[in-house]
Amino acid sequence: MVTIYESKPVHETTPGLSRRELLKRGGVGALLVISGSAVISPEHAWGLETSALKPETMATLIQMARDIYPHDQVPDKYYAIAVKAHDEQAGKDPAHKDLIERGVADLDLKSGKDGYTGLGWEEQRVAVLRGIQDTPFFQAVRGGLVVGLYNQKQVWPIFGYEGESYSKGGYMARGFDDIEWL
Amino acid sequence: MAAPFDLKNDGVVVIIGSGAGGGTLGNELAQKGIDVVILEAGARHEYQDFINDEWDSFAQLAWTDKRTTSGDWRVAKDFPNLPAWIVKAVGGSTTHWAGASLRFQEHEFKTLSTYGKLEGANLLDWPMTLAELEPYYAKAEDRLGVTLTNNIPGLPGNNNFKVMKAGADKLGYKECHTGRMAINSEPRDDRNACQQTGFCFQGCKWGAKWSTLYSEIPKGEATGHLEVRPNAMAININHDASGKVTGVVYADKDGRLREQKARIVAVAGNSIESPRLLLNSASSQFPDGLANSSGQVGKNYMRHTTGSVYGIFDKPVHMYRGTTMAGIIRDEARNDPSRGFVGGYELETLSLGLPFMAAFLNPGGWGRSFTTALDHYDHMAGMWIVGEDMPREENRITLHADIKDEHGMPVADVHFDDHSNDTAMRNHAYKQGSALYEAVGATRTLPTPPYPSTHNLGTNRMSEKAADGVVNKHGQAHDIKNLFVSDGSQFTTGGAENPTLTIVSLAIRQAEYIAGQMSAKSI
Ligand SMILES: Cc1cc2nc3c(=O)[nH]c(=O)nc-3n(C[C@H](O)[C@H](O)[C@H](O)COP(=O)(O)OP(=O)(O)OC[C@H]3O[C@@H](n4cnc5c(N)ncnc54)[C@H](O)[C@@H]3O)c2cc1C
Ligand code: SF4
Repeated sequence: MVTIYESKPVHETTPGLSRRELLKRGGVGALLVISGSAVISPEHAWGLETSALKPETMATLIQMARDIYPHDQVPDKYYAIAVKAHDEQAGKDPAHKDLIERGVADLDLKSGKDGYTGLGWEEQRVAVLRGIQDTPFFQAVRGGLVVGLYNQKQVWPIFGYEGESYSKGGYMARGFDDIEWL
Repeated sequence: MAAPFDLKNDGVVVIIGSGAGGGTLGNELAQKGIDVVILEAGARHEYQDFINDEWDSFAQLAWTDKRTTSGDWRVAKDFPNLPAWIVKAVGGSTTHWAGASLRFQEHEFKTLSTYGKLEGANLLDWPMTLAELEPYYAKAEDRLGVTLTNNIPGLPGNNNFKVMKAGADKLGYKECHTGRMAINSEPRDDRNACQQTGFCFQGCKWGAKWSTLYSEIPKGEATGHLEVRPNAMAININHDASGKVTGVVYADKDGRLREQKARIVAVAGNSIESPRLLLNSASSQFPDGLANSSGQVGKNYMRHTTGSVYGIFDKPVHMYRGTTMAGIIRDEARNDPSRGFVGGYELETLSLGLPFMAAFLNPGGWGRSFTTALDHYDHMAGMWIVGEDMPREENRITLHADIKDEHGMPVADVHFDDHSNDTAMRNHAYKQGSALYEAVGATRTLPTPPYPSTHNLGTNRMSEKAADGVVNKHGQAHDIKNLFVSDGSQFTTGGAENPTLTIVSLAIRQAEYIAGQMSAKSI
């Protein structure tokens, strides 16, 4: 099972964690850390445990998800939730596991010696993605994100979308015609 | 009370589909004391059960049984198994619909005479004039409670409309208002007034919008002459040696095949399923399918020339608040070939929620060009283009050679190529829409490709002569007297207007004709 869990910042819970891979994101300075079978965000206190895919693969998918649909105001956590379905599917379907693992390996190969997440600038990573955008791997990841990312109710407020409105009586008294700048 | 009719009762009118056409026809006939069984493939969800959530609602109501696509339209690439966004549920697509209810213009019944022969278009005049349909339009407007008719006040303008109106004024458009909408601006006909919920496409949880589900069907059921049988998927229409239809074979909720006998059969499964059913009902006597001596069943598939334009502003709009489509500009609906195309188009307000916007803004698109647009979701205004598209023989519904559904019925393939007139019209509309938003300060405009088809038309078209089409001006098959078509597939051409008011008007008119023919014992 993949779980996204809220955790204490990593240095509090796992002192001396061996950071066997650090995944740097260009310019931003945020870090995702691999620990055992989990991808952990020490700064933002969440973790994602994988069961079928390698945690490194999952970390790459998270970065890839952000590069495909970059929203600087959306935290990594939601990208992690958006791609975790691939771990679940990989657990049930060896062909899917193969598609993702090979796809990520290929992506790393095309990205040079430090792999995909070793590329510091989004532009560099996007250039690699452009080269594979017609592959089934890319399409599986991108296609899954359309619903996986944008159908998370938690991200809607970030975009200013208010969602369900019936229980609040619609917008009759809540600004359906409140535009003022015209 | 709903009247359960016996399978062997061969005195009933069997209607296939409970949407705009079938649901209206069923109630009309029941009101006249005629016994009706409506077979509906989908389940029955009452309006209280509708869901204010785009994907959940889609899962609840939409037709997601497999279909295939071909042709040069982008939908075939982006949504190869979802050519149309329509409904499989009691009420049909009148659960999802937005309520825009417009009459056709006079010339739109006479396109061949008006536009002349157009290369690559199979234009034909309707066997009917606007004047003939006008009394039925009037009845339908009253029935649906269309705003700005019958002294019903217009809906109040929401934010999205206000942006449209400001732009329309700047561009000098004269006819811009909150639309003729089958949505109550005040309580009427036991329906609530609109509460500006903004989920019209997901089924109106207030029941403020007209739908056969809660407007027509319960009234018909109350007569004791109408039974709606949900989860009943019609597969085959049977006929006797004289060539008259005798009953409909359908799969019930457990997948068991049953036959409902019938005196008359009316097909109203929308323009993909109706021809699919007629084609699948081929027999040794009718090897090309029922009612198909003209070879036109399934052909001339139309979907309106559509597209959307979204504008992004430096200040908030919140377009998703309030009635989805209560805003229209009609100035471009005229036929004015000097614009570089025949026919015209309407511009109507439109909003999608964030999940659908992500799916439909630029399907397959990714990267910052895409995401920076979504970043300004709450600063967007949106409009939909709906214009007359050209009927083409090549644009057609066929039975798939190999793929079958769970009942063993071949799935429908939907082939569509744009006519150059469609493309010219769409490009003109994109330019006008963008100019409109720029006139009120848009910093970016997004000409958005057509969505899977919500308006599906023309695949069993009406014609004066039997050689040119499938049904006569009453929707009666040229070949088979007791077989009718009662949905948008009867349309000879599509007009620029959203089709449902015309579908309902034709159904009211057809009910009169059927009742007359029955009492004259001619069918
Ligand atoms: C999101 C959306 C917005 C829309 N907005 C507007 C608008 O503002 N104005 C407008 O005029 N129109 C609008 N439309 C279009 C409108 O909904 C349709 O034109 C209209 O409902 C078509 O009526 P119909 O009777 O042809 O088919 P439908 O209403 O689609 O009904 C067909 C029914 O037949 C059933 N069926 C199909 N095959 C079988 C079978 N073999 N056996 C049994 N049952 C079967 C289906 O399940 C369905 O319930 C909109 C549509 C959508 C999806
Ligand atoms: S906006 Fe009005 S018509 Fe649309 S769903 Fe809400 S209440 Fe119903």
